[in-house]
Amino acid sequence: MKIFVCVKQIPDPNTVESKLDPATKRLVRTGVSLVLDPGDETTIAAAIKLRDSLGNSELTAISMGPASAQEALRRALAMGVDRAILISDPALAGSDVLGTARTLAAALKRENPDLIFCSTESTDGYTGMVPGAIAEFLGLPQLTFAREITVEGSKAVIKRVTQTGYEVVESPLPAVVTIASGSFEAIYPTMKGIMSARKKPFSQLSLSDLGLESSQVGEAGAREQILSIGKAEARAAGQIIKDEGNAAEIIADFLQRHQLL
Amino acid sequence: MAKTIWVLVEIEDGRPARSSLEVLSKAAHLGRAEAIVLGSAAATVAPSLGEFGAEKVYVHADPTYDTYLTLPAVDTISDLLQRQQPDLLLFPTTYDVRDIAARLSARHNLGLITDATDLRYEGEHLEVTVPWGGENVVVATHPYQGTGIVLARPKAFSVERFEGRQAEIEQLSVTLRSESQQMKILDRVEVQSDGPALEDASIIVSGGRGLGKPENYHLVEELATVLGGAPGATRAIVDAGWLPYSYQIGQTGKTVKPTLYIACGISGAIQHLAGMKGSKYIIAINKDEHAPIFSVADLGIVGDVLTILPQLIEEVKRRKAQL
Ligand SMILES: Cc1cc2nc3c(=O)[nH]c(=O)nc-3n(C[C@H](O)[C@H](O)[C@H](O)COP(=O)(O)OP(=O)(O)OC[C@H]3O[C@@H](n4cnc5c(N)ncnc54)[C@H](O)[C@@H]3O)c2cc1C
Ligand SMILES: Nc1ncnc2c1ncn2[C@@H]1O[C@H](COP(=O)(O)O)[C@@H](O)[C@H]1O
Repeated sequence: MKIFVCVKQIPDPNTVESKLDPATKRLVRTGVSLVLDPGDETTIAAAIKLRDSLGNSELTAISMGPASAQEALRRALAMGVDRAILISDPALAGSDVLGTARTLAAALKRENPDLIFCSTESTDGYTGMVPGAIAEFLGLPQLTFAREITVEGSKAVIKRVTQTGYEVVESPLPAVVTIASGSFEAIYPTMKGIMSARKKPFSQLSLSDLGLESSQVGEAGAREQILSIGKAEARAAGQIIKDEGNAAEIIADFLQRHQLL
Repeated sequence: MAKTIWVLVEIEDGRPARSSLEVLSKAAHLGRAEAIVLGSAAATVAPSLGEFGAEKVYVHADPTYDTYLTLPAVDTISDLLQRQQPDLLLFPTTYDVRDIAARLSARHNLGLITDATDLRYEGEHLEVTVPWGGENVVVATHPYQGTGIVLARPKAFSVERFEGRQAEIEQLSVTLRSESQQMKILDRVEVQSDGPALEDASIIVSGGRGLGKPENYHLVEELATVLGGAPGATRAIVDAGWLPYSYQIGQTGKTVKPTLYIACGISGAIQHLAGMKGSKYIIAINKDEHAPIFSVADLGIVGDVLTILPQLIEEVKRRKAQL
């Protein structure tokens, strides 16, 4: 089976507060540490697990991003992905959901995938819209928010997380599947994995390779515009007290004062 | 001219979902609100929507929407979009609606703004407020003429009554395509929890990894019980398998806005804050005085949850007995 996983490089959510450049209104990517989206690490783990259980399958990671995104793909390869594709082109800068999905869909279409994994949402953008838009551009069904996935013949069945429990949903293949973050054990690259990653196939595509016009993607194709960036209303700083054995009373006083008891 | 705004209304237990009604009320303030309601219970739900602001309701009471995810709804709304051009599709952010919105956007090349906490028209121009990162907001728009999509964050708007408003009801006569019946729901499993639902609770006591181990979570549950509230959790302990997903509060869990939120052993990661920052009063207990949760707390206690919680449970019981 030909399995794909869409991954993205983002500013490290554990150390960087993601910022927008007030002039360009784009995400600040220079001078900050960039990582493979931790949500995508879970998704890669899910895809590797499925590939191994199916046998006779190939797993390819694909990313649209600047040249630096090859680091994120290298990490995916080191985790156990077989092959990587980076779509990089200056005209792609400033792409919105539709531009991103259109580009990824064009690249995926050339590959005749059986299964395309995405994360339910990215950690920096968290629109959760790219996977559904990819599915629509490719005319494929989408199975979203999966905690478990099994493939039987030409069907996929997932456990889909809901507000109150889960649903069991099935769909024919090919399909787009999104994985709920945290639902699969992370895979840490071993030294051997890192070494072998260097020898794995890595290709790079530009916009013209995909037959897309620059007017359809990037800032030129974006259907939204940021008008301004401002400071959110901060909550007034509260009182911080070190517990000296009377914390319970202090809290109870607060509750009583605000009629919460 | 008044803007025409379509709201997709979801049904939960035979009633319109609260997140849908929040958005419908907002749409009614912005312009002419029209609701779309699909599924076997659609006909019974439709007449009540006038009272929540709808001037018109498009109804298709077909059980296919309940069994097959996303595509039947996308087709039906697409057909409607061929006939009419509303100014805006204002939809609630739920997992089902998100999937529908993403496909509609791709099918009709409609701009998409997600996670909106406010929106308004300045003359002809739509302005949408979207929180970004911890402390910034972005104001965005669709810079073109024609329909745009905005997804609103749950609890961003309140449900309002429009007394006496009666919606015109239009029954849709669409034939659902068999090729769109692909993502089939085979089973629905409810993982029930006791006590008030998190979304409706006016007091929430929430626990995080600072509780140390799953056996200590009962302290959070007990405090919630004595206060008449609901227990919640961070993703860290949900992912660790202490509790089901329905307890999770935050960006990828529930958004809550109780009167009181007590955070116990929670660091206050941005993704957690996203789901509870709107609470009226926040109390945080954490042994690290630099924990980010203190930046949103009205009352912050630097201390050990495992000592403070048992004392607090007793203190609350004692004071309640005196009231
Ligand atoms: C895409 C994405 C989405 C996410 N969505 C969510 C979400 O919806 N909700 C969510 O909650 N998280 C979410 N997260 C995870 C989030 O980033 C944090 O990892 C998580 O909230 C941390 O949970 P925690 O506070 O329980 O644990 P930690 O960050 O480990 O914090 C534990 C805290 O307990 C304190 N502590 C330890 N022992 C004690 C003690 N004895 N007494 C008092 N305090 C003590 C520590 O000082 C620490 O501050 C998301 C992450 C990503 C990447
Ligand atoms: N630029 C990108 N390159 C590859 N995959 C992406 C890209 N943007 C989004 N995705 C995929 O879509 C998921 C959801 O992203 P988003 O819609 O931005 O929340 C991500 O976790 C990825 O799996």
